[in-house]
Formats: sequence, C-alpha cells, structure tokens
Amino acid sequence: MNLQESGRDAASADAGHTAAPAALADTRTVKIECRDVNVYYGEAHALKGVDLDIYENEVTAFIGPSGCGKSTFLRCLNRMNDTIDTCRVKGSINLDGVDVYNRAVDVVQLRAKVGMVFQKPNPFPKSIYDNIAYGPRIHGQARTKADLDEIVLTSLEKAGLLDEVHDRLDQPGTGLSSGQQQRLCIARAIAVSPEVILMDEPCSALDPIATARIEELIDELRGNYTIVIVTHNMQQAARVSQRTAFFHLGNLIEVDETEQVFTSPKNEHTQGYITGRYG
Amino acid sequence: MTDTIKDPGFEASAALGDAQRRIRRRYAAERRFKFFGLAAILAAVGVLVVLLFTIVSSGYPAFFQTRIALDVDLRDPTLEQADPAKANYRKIFDDALAASLPGITDTKELRELRAMVTAAAPYLIRDRVVDDPSLIGREVRMELPASDRIDQLQKGEIDRNVAPDRRIVTDNQIAWYDRLDADGRISAPFNSGLFFNADSRFPELAGLWGAIVGSFYALMVCFFLSFPIGIAAAIYLEEFAPKNRWTDLIEVNINNLAAVPSIVFGLLGLAVYIQTFGLPRSAPLVGGMTLALMALPTIIIASRAALKSVPPSVREAALGVGASHQQAVLHHVLPLAMPGMLTGAIIGLAQALGETAPLLLIGMNAFITSAPEGITAPSTALPTQIYIWADSPERGFVSRTSAAIIVLLGFLVCMNAVAIYLRKRLEVRW
Ligand SMILES: Nc1ncnc2c1ncn2[C@@H]1O[C@H](COP(=O)(O)OP(=O)(O)OP(=O)(O)O)[C@@H](O)[C@H]1O
Ligand SMILES: [Mg+2]
Repeated sequence: MNLQESGRDAASADAGHTAAPAALADTRTVKIECRDVNVYYGEAHALKGVDLDIYENEVTAFIGPSGCGKSTFLRCLNRMNDTIDTCRVKGSINLDGVDVYNRAVDVVQLRAKVGMVFQKPNPFPKSIYDNIAYGPRIHGQARTKADLDEIVLTSLEKAGLLDEVHDRLDQPGTGLSSGQQQRLCIARAIAVSPEVILMDEPCSALDPIATARIEELIDELRGNYTIVIVTHNMQQAARVSQRTAFFHLGNLIEVDETEQVFTSPKNEHTQGYITGRYG
Repeated sequence: MTDTIKDPGFEASAALGDAQRRIRRRYAAERRFKFFGLAAILAAVGVLVVLLFTIVSSGYPAFFQTRIALDVDLRDPTLEQADPAKANYRKIFDDALAASLPGITDTKELRELRAMVTAAAPYLIRDRVVDDPSLIGREVRMELPASDRIDQLQKGEIDRNVAPDRRIVTDNQIAWYDRLDADGRISAPFNSGLFFNADSRFPELAGLWGAIVGSFYALMVCFFLSFPIGIAAAIYLEEFAPKNRWTDLIEVNINNLAAVPSIVFGLLGLAVYIQTFGLPRSAPLVGGMTLALMALPTIIIASRAALKSVPPSVREAALGVGASHQQAVLHHVLPLAMPGMLTGAIIGLAQALGETAPLLLIGMNAFITSAPEGITAPSTALPTQIYIWADSPERGFVSRTSAAIIVLLGFLVCMNAVAIYLRKRLEVRW
C-alpha cells in the first residue's frame, strides 16, 4: 500500500492514478513515511499536505525554486524545526514506523539517528578530534579513549578526510578549507552512527572540485545510510540521487525515480523547472 | 552639418563638467564629514586632558608628606620593657621637640611649636616603641609627620608675605621651620600613609586603606551576588524562556532598571536590607548587596548581548548531532559567550566601584579610623571617602581629595584593563 502511495504524484492526485513500477518497489524498504505533512510558520502555510516516502539506502533529492519549503521539510525529519518558536507541524512522519512527532520520542535520540549537514560548513570552534568526538561523547557511545579514537578515525576515513588531516587532529576544525570543513561536518554526522543523513545544500558554498569530492562521498555513503539532500543544482540531483522530489510553493508536485523526473517529468511545473524556465 | 557635430560635443562636455562638479562636491562633503568627526574627537580628548590635568596637578602634592626629624630620647625612667605602652609619651615628645629647638620656654610658644608636628605625634612614638621595644634605652631619630599647616608651608601653598593674622602659620613657626630646615630635619618623602593608613581627623595622617578594603569587600559581595544571578538570568531569558508577554515585560523592566537613578537603589537598600532585615549599617555587606542590584541589569544586558552574538550555526551544529538544548548551550554557546559576559561583569563592577549615592544612604560615609575586619564591620568605600574628604575644612584634604580621585581612577583603569585582557585571552579566535 505504501508502495502505491509513494509513486503518487501530488499534482495529479486522483486516487486511481499510481505510477510506481511494482517490480522495482518490491525490493526496497521505506525508511521514512510522511503523510499529509503541513507546516505553518505562525499564520504562513509553508508546506501543504506533503505525502512522501523515503527509501532505505537511497539518495533522495529535494529540488524546487527558492522558498518552496525544501529546507522546511528536511528540518521536519529530525525535528530541527522545534527550535523555531512559530513553527507548527501537522501530519505524520514515521521513521521505521514510529512517528517522530510522537510525545514518547526523545528528540535527542531522534537526532542521533537522523543526522544533519548544513548549508554552510559549521564545525565547532574546537579541534578536529573534538568536533567528531563530541557526538559519541554526549551519547555515551564510546566506553574508552581507544573506542573514541576508533570512532573518530573511522568517521574521518568514511568522510574521506583522514588522509588530509591525520597529522593534525588537534588543530582547530575551523582552520580547514571550506570543502574540508564540510567533509568534517559529514564526518561529525557519521560519528554518531545515524541511519539517515539530511543534507541541506551541502555544496552550495564549495567549488566544483570540493563539490565533486562530496558527491563521490555521498555515493559511497549510500550503501550504509539513507540520505536526503536538498540541492539547487539539477546536475547534482541527477548525478547523486536515485529519487527526486520536486517542490513548488509548499506543495510536493512530483516525486519519482530521478531518471524519470529528469527525462520525462509528468508535471509541467517540473518540466519548466528542470529545463530552467524558472527557479 | 557643423551643428550636428558640435551639438553632441557640447552636451558631452557639459555632462563632463557636471560630473566633475559632482565629484568635487562629493569630495568636499567627505572632507567636511571627516573634519567634524575629528573635531568631535579633539574636543572630547581636550576635555579629558583638562580634567586629568586639574586632578593630577591638585592631587600630586598629596603623594608626598612633609616630615620633621626629631631625636626622641627613650631613656626615660617611666619606660619599661614589660609594658612599653604605659609611659608619658607626651612628655617624651615635648622633650624631643625642645631638644631639637633649644631655648623655647614660654608656654604659649611651646604650644605653637607643638602645633608644627602632627597632634598624634605622642601616639606615633608610642606605636613605634610598642612595635619594637628594643628601642627603649636609646636615643632614636624619628621622622614624624609635620602638621597640615607646616606641610602646606613646605609645599609652598602658604604665602609668607601675607599679614600674620591672615595665614595659618605664625611668624614664629616660619622661623622655626627655617631653622629645622637648615638643620636638615625637614624632608618630604613619598606618602605611603596615603595608601596604608585608614582615615583620620588629621590630614597628615589620613589615608585610603580603610576605603580600599571597604570597596574591595563591597565589590566582592557585589560580584558573588550579581555575577551568578545575572548570568543565570541572562541564559534563561535568552535561551530557555518562552517568548511571551511575561518575558517581554521582564525584558523591558530589566532595561528600565539599568536607567534607574542609583540613589533609588540606595533607598531600597536602606529600607529592605537595613530596616527590614536588620543588617548592620555602614557595612560592606550591605553596600555590596545594594551595588549588586545596580550591577545586575548591566550584567544581564551585556550577557544577553554576548549570548545573542554567538552564531546560530554553532547551536544548530550541536543540536544536529543530537545534543540537548541544555548541552548545546553549556558546551558550545556559553564558552563562546563567556568573554563578553566577563567583560560585561567587570564593566558593571567598575560602575559599582565608582558609585557613591547608594553608599551614602546606607551609611558608608561614616568616620571610621580603621580598616574593616570583615564584610559586616563598618567601613567607608573609595567614592564615599572622596566625598568625606571633599567636605572636610582642613587645607590638606583638598589635595588628598584629588589624590583619592586619582587612586579611584587608577583602580578603574586597572579593572578595564583586566576586562580587555580577559576578552583577548578567552576569545576563541579560530
Ligand atoms: N524561521 C522561519 N520563520 C518564518 N518563515 C519561515 C522560516 N523559515 C522559512 N520560512 C518560510 O517558509 C517558506 C519555505 O522556506 P524554506 O527555507 O523551507 O525554503 P527553501 O525551499 O529551503 O528555500 P531555499 O532554496 O532558498 O533554501 C518560505 O516562504 C520562508 O519564507
Ligand atoms: Mg533552504
């Protein structure tokens, strides 16, 4: 049933119209299931009835013109919106079948499970080591110093940063180049062993080479994590994601296999956006 | 044909002239703007220099104290090793004076002569002997502080040519002073008593020690009350409090509190601490508690500003890896805000150090001749000491008032220097 829902195109939402190829959908499990998600900033209705499934071990890309609610939706998934006083979220967002907005869910546990990488690299003004060790420390994930060292090194390794910084782990993380800083932030997110990683325009502050480096990294990480990425770069979405969701004015217009969206979008808005007619 | 060529050329040159005029006008405006700014700075610096110059020039004589060396004969039979405090020091002192200026017998003249040395001279001799009983049985040369009038004479503050009935030193005293001076018995060393003596009725003995200790105790009380309370309040208001009408009201009131005249806090301290709670008057404890009320708004406002200036990305980063709100604040925001908070606290304390009106109301302008032994003992503070001295009629207190102001300013400069140092030290520069 979910599988049918997942293929649904929000714009042409007549009930019978399902597009997901059943054969493909069978092999995948839904990691996050969002139903009728509405977000309000005070009176402003920022997200309007979004239904979306995010599959495990896949990269899902959110695209859409500025202000359409991509970040808002992303921040619902690990409840970062809780920090905004005026923000209200309605609907259900089920992570592994549990509603993240359920009272019983501990937001700290949730964020350990659903990590986040921000648009601007934001390492702590501490050493590289401490940047990565901070998460495992507060979650008590390392019993001994050796455990912690292990976590730090493997996280750096997975983020592809170890070779560049292995001899200066005690140096400030803010002293790295911005591409390295962003990978440090990814390593920091990985260090708490999350299941989902949310990335909000992680490459918008980076040059093409650093961007390519991160895209590669995202592709490698896909095997172990479920990744959601917001991007303004169509090529990037096409390169790194398996599924793409197009948002417009707070509505989820279209979601499908990336190839499908980019080659034969069903909606004219999507078509207009990816061909660069507006955005 | 020529017209069509000439016309655009003319227009172009007109436009060029226009542009040049605009540029010139812009430069002139910039120059004017710079000039006004410079003039404002110069005016401010000028006023400051004049202020400092008057204070320093009128205060610096107080840093030296005229002393008269007398040969004190401690071979008097009334002196006993066992109980050195019990002897006729008045007679010992008179004898020493007579020995230094022999030939004066008239009682009226003797009284004039005695008035040249501080009235507390017998006690000073006694204290020396009590401190060091081994002096008994010897003749000791002691440099005793001259009385205020001789001090003024030595510093050239008294015009010898004025008629005798219009000056505070008599002709005899001037003559004796010159004799003592010729004997090499007059000196004017650095006046350490200004720092290490407590207050006194006699300007030549009066010092700031009691006021410095009193101010120190009061500031300590103020710091230990206002810093934790202020910081806790700032963190709660900035990070945890819900944004509603109540917190808005509290915020407005804190901002208003910073502008309340200090004397009102004094009245509050008097009414609440002294009259309701029955705490002792004139005590640094009450002074510090009153000053804490004043410093609180300053500290809260500065701390909130410091917290606000921490980039939100740091908070988000911490929350993003699953830190709780409180962990994010304690581990990441607070360390970054600490230098600003400390600076705010020190500025608040510096303000409190110079605050006079509330201390007057709670009685810290009492005349107290010893340094306080604790925070509940009666005491003065630096600004109230200045107030007391400024109110005293003796000539010597005029320069001492300025000297005390210099000392107070010195402490303020030190505190601000510490604030700057701490900010530089603790600032996370990466
Ligand atoms: N903190 C906030 N308070 C009020 N309104 C907000 C807030 N954050 C976002 N919005 C509004 O919600 C809508 C969606 O914003 P959002 O940041 O999700 O857009 P976006 O798709 O991420 O845009 P961009 O591509 O520019 O990052 C916008 O209209 C925005 O003005
Ligand atoms: Mg965004």
